[in-house]
Amino acid sequence: MTGIQILFIVNALVIIFSAVMTVTARHMIHAALWFVLALLGVAVVYAMLEAGFFAVVQVLIYVGAIAILIIFAVMLTRRALEDQEKPFNRASLVTLLIVGIVFVGLILSIRFWPLLQSTTVPLSPDQLTVGTLGLALTDPQQFALPFEVTSILLLAAMIGAIYIAHERKEKGK
Amino acid sequence: MIPLYWYLLLSAAIFCIGLFGAITRKNSVGILLSIELMLNAANINLLAFWRYLYAPNGDLRAEVFVIAIFVVAAAEAAVGLAMIISAYRSRQTVVANDMDSLKG
Amino acid sequence: MLFTRRFNRTSHITAILAASLSFVASMVIFIKAVTTAGLAQSPLGGQVNWLPTGDLWLKIGVMVDPLTAIMLFFVAWTILMIFIYSVGYHNFGQPVGDHDRTGLPPHGAEVKGQGKPFRVMSIEPMYARFFALISLFAFAMYLLVVSDNLLTLYIGWEIMGLCSYLLIGFWYGKESARKAGIKAFITTRIGDVFMLLGLAALYSLTGSLGFKEILSNHAVLDILATSVSPVFGLSWAGLIGLLLFIGTVGKSAQFPLHVWLPDAMEGPTPVSAMIHAATMVSAGVYLVIRFFPLISAGWIPGEALTPTMSVMAFIGAFTALFAATIAMAQNDVKRVLAYSTISQLGYMVAALGIGAFTAAAFHLVTHAFFKALLFLGSGSVIHGMEHGLMHTGESLDPQDMRNMGGLKDKMPRTFWTFVAGGLALSGFPLITAGFWSKDEILSGAFNGAHWAVFATLALAALLTAFYTARQISLVFLGEPRSETARHAHETKPVMTTPLMILAFFAVTLGWVGIPKEFPLLGSISPAWLQSFLGQMVEIGEHAEGHSLVPLLTSLVVSLGGLTLGWLVYRRFRSADQTDPMEKGLGFLFRIFQNMYWVDEAYEVVFIRPAGWVAENLSYKFIDRTLIDGALHGIAKLGLGIGRLLRFGFDLPVVNGAGDGLAGGTKGMGALLRRLQNGKIQHYMGLAVMFIVVIAMIIIYFVVI
Repeated sequence: MTGIQILFIVNALVIIFSAVMTVTARHMIHAALWFVLALLGVAVVYAMLEAGFFAVVQVLIYVGAIAILIIFAVMLTRRALEDQEKPFNRASLVTLLIVGIVFVGLILSIRFWPLLQSTTVPLSPDQLTVGTLGLALTDPQQFALPFEVTSILLLAAMIGAIYIAHERKEKGK
Repeated sequence: MIPLYWYLLLSAAIFCIGLFGAITRKNSVGILLSIELMLNAANINLLAFWRYLYAPNGDLRAEVFVIAIFVVAAAEAAVGLAMIISAYRSRQTVVANDMDSLKG
Repeated sequence: MLFTRRFNRTSHITAILAASLSFVASMVIFIKAVTTAGLAQSPLGGQVNWLPTGDLWLKIGVMVDPLTAIMLFFVAWTILMIFIYSVGYHNFGQPVGDHDRTGLPPHGAEVKGQGKPFRVMSIEPMYARFFALISLFAFAMYLLVVSDNLLTLYIGWEIMGLCSYLLIGFWYGKESARKAGIKAFITTRIGDVFMLLGLAALYSLTGSLGFKEILSNHAVLDILATSVSPVFGLSWAGLIGLLLFIGTVGKSAQFPLHVWLPDAMEGPTPVSAMIHAATMVSAGVYLVIRFFPLISAGWIPGEALTPTMSVMAFIGAFTALFAATIAMAQNDVKRVLAYSTISQLGYMVAALGIGAFTAAAFHLVTHAFFKALLFLGSGSVIHGMEHGLMHTGESLDPQDMRNMGGLKDKMPRTFWTFVAGGLALSGFPLITAGFWSKDEILSGAFNGAHWAVFATLALAALLTAFYTARQISLVFLGEPRSETARHAHETKPVMTTPLMILAFFAVTLGWVGIPKEFPLLGSISPAWLQSFLGQMVEIGEHAEGHSLVPLLTSLVVSLGGLTLGWLVYRRFRSADQTDPMEKGLGFLFRIFQNMYWVDEAYEVVFIRPAGWVAENLSYKFIDRTLIDGALHGIAKLGLGIGRLLRFGFDLPVVNGAGDGLAGGTKGMGALLRRLQNGKIQHYMGLAVMFIVVIAMIIIYFVVI
C-alpha cells in the first residue's frame, strides 16, 4: 500500500463521514459546517487527481461562496422551535432501502466493468497546465462558447436570485 | 497507484448519501446541501475519468465540463437559496413537506 | 242513391225510373211468357257458374215459368204504384219542417198565408234514404222471384229481411220504431234458421239447389219422398218441406211467429204496403208455392195429406181465424189491416196445405193488389187526418179510427177506392177479385173433404167481412167525431192515382180465374189462370167438385158479415163511447184487444231468460272472467317479465357496467391523485425508484 493510497483512504473516510453528518445533523448550522469539511476533503481529492486548478477553485467557490451562502440562508430562515425534531421525514426508511439498492447497483456495475478495472498507473501529463486550460477557454475554436454561455447563465442566475429575494416593501404595504 | 474505481466508488458513495439526504431532509436548506453534495460527487467522477482516460491524450474537454458544473452549481445554489428565503418570508416555514400547494 | 241526400228530386226520379224500367221489363217478359206454350215444361231462362264448392259449382241463374210470370205481374205493378205513392206520402215539394230532425217523423212547418201563419205538412228529412231503401227492397223481391235456384232466392230473402229492419225502423229516433225493427228482424230470422237447415239438407241430399233439377225431376222427388229422415219419421221430402215452411211461417207472419207484423206498422205506410202486401209476405208464400211439388211429393189427390201438408193446413187455418178475431178489436187503422194480412196469408197457406195450388197462387195475386190498395188508402186517410191536425192543433192520434168519421165527403176518391179494396177483402160477390180467389179456396177445401179447414176458413171469412165493414163505417161513414176529422181533406193526385189504378185491378183481376164449375159464367170463361198455372202441377190438384155449398157459404159469410158490421157500427157517435162489441162479447173482447197476450208470453218465456243468459253467463262469466281474466293475466305476465328484465338484468348489468366503468375510473383517479401531493421530495423519491426499476430491467435484458 503506497502512501498516496493511504492518504486517499483517509481522505475518503473523512469525506464520507462528513457527508453523513451533513445529511443527518439536527441543527442546520452543524450540517453546514460539516458540509464545509466535506468540501475540503473533495478539494484534496482534486489535488490527488492532478487537477490543482480545480482544487483551488473548489475551495474558493464552494467553501468560500456557496457554503457561506448556505450559512447565511440558514441564519435567515431560522424559526423559534426549529431543529427540535428529527431531521428526517416519513420516507427515510424506504429511501434508505432504495438508496442502498442504488449504491449496491453502482458498486456492482463499477466493479464488473472491465474498462474501469485497469489503468492503475496513469501517465503523468506535462502539458496540462492551467495556462493551457485558460487558453482553451478563450479560444473560439475550442471552448470559448461554453465559457461564455456559462457566464451568461451565472449572470442570469444572479439577477434572478436578487429579484426573487428582494423584499417587496413598496408593493406589499 | 490508485485504481480508477476507487475514485468511482467514492463518488458513488457521496452521491448516494446526497440522494438520501435530498429525499429525506425536512429542511429545504438541508435538501439544497444534499444536492450540492451530489454535484460534488459528480465532479469527482468527471475529474477521475478525465485524469485516467483523457488526460494522457491531452484532452481538455472534461475540464471544461467540470467548470461548467461548478458554475451551474453556484448559480443554482444562489437561486435556490434566494427562493427559500422568499418562500420563508411568505410562509414562515422552510419545511419542504409543508409546501404542497402543487397538490393535485 | 244515398249520395243524393241533398237532392230529393233526383232520388225519387231515379227510383221511379228504375221501378218503371223493371215494370216494363216485367210486362214484356209476362207477355212473352203467356204466349209461350208449354212454359212449365221448358221455362225461359239461363244459368251461370258462380262459386266453386269442391267439384261442383254453385250456379245462379234466372228462370221464368208460369208461376214466375204471375209473380212478376203483380210485383211490378204494386211496386211501381207504391213508389209513385211514396213521393206524395213523404210530402215532396213541401217546405222543410220547423224542428224536424232526421230519425223522427216530420211534424209540420209554419207557413205565412194570407194574414196569420198556419201549419202545413213538411217534407220528410230522410227522403232520399227512403227511396234508396225501398229500391233495395224492390231489387231483392225481383231477385227472389226470377231466381232459378234456392240460393239466390235465399239471398233475396235475406236482403228483404235486412230491408225490413231498416225500413220498419226508418224513423229511428222513435224508440218504438227501433224496437219494432229489431223484433221483425229477429222473428223472421228464427224462421230463416230453419229454412237454412232445409236448404242445406236439400243440397247435401241432391247436390244441387236448382228448381229445374229438383222440382221438375220425378226421380229426385220420388227418392226424397220415400227415403226416411231421422226426424219424426218424416220422409226427407216432408222434412225439407217442413223446414222451408217454417221459414215461411217467419216471413209471412203465421202463428207463432206473427208478432212482428203488427209492430211493423211503426214504419211509414208505403213500407207497410210494400212489406205486407206486395213483397215480403208474398215472398214467404211464394216459397211454399214454388216448393209445392216437394211438399206434396208422395201425395195423391183425394187421399190423406202428407204430414207436412197437414201441418201447413192446420197452421194456416188457425192463423186465419186467430188473426181475424184480433183484427175485430183493434182501433188503429193500420193495425186492423196488419192482422188482416196475417189472416189472409193463413188462407193461402191453408190452401196449399190442402193441395189447392192454383187457388193459393190466385189468392196471392189478388191479395197483393187489394191489400196494397187498402194500405195506401189508409195512408191517404192518415195524411188527411194529419192535415186536419195542422189546422186544429189538437193532440190526438191521427191513426185511431175512433177519432175519424164522415171522411166520405171530405175524401171521396180515397173513400171509393178504399171501399173497392175492402169489398175485395171481404169477398163481395162477382165484382171483386177477392171473391173469386177466396171462393176457389173454399171450394177446394170443401171438395177435398177437409171439413175442419173449411169451417175454420168460413168463419174467418165472416169475421173478415165484419171487421172490414167496421173499419169502413168508423172511418168514412157517419159524422166526423173530432175537429180534426172535420178539417181533413183529400190528398194530392200523386197519391190518389195509384189508389185508383190498384182499385181497377182489385175489381177486375178476379175475372181471369173464373173456374169452369161456376154456374152460368163458368161455362163461358176460359179459366185462363187455372190452365196457365195448372201446367205447373204434374199431379192433379184436387178433386173436381160440383157442389154449390162452398159458393153459397162464401156468399152468406161475406154479405152477412158486411151487413152485420155496418149495422153495429153505424151508430158509433163519439170517440169515448165504448165499443159495442165490448158489451156484446165481454171478456172475449178484452182477449182480442190484447192480442191474446202472445207478446207478453214471449217476453216472459223467451226474451227475459235470453237476456239473463246474455247478461250473466256470457257477459259476466265468459267475457269478464275468462276472457278478460286471460288477457289481464297475460298482461300481468308481460309486466312481470318486463320488470324482471329491468331490475334483474337491465339495471344491474347494463347500468352497472356503465357505472362501474365510471366508478372505476374515478377510483383509479382518486388513487393516482395521491401521487401528486405537492411534495417535491416525494416526487424525487418516486423518480429515483423508477430509475432503479428501469435500470434493473435494462440490465436484465441488455446485459444478461
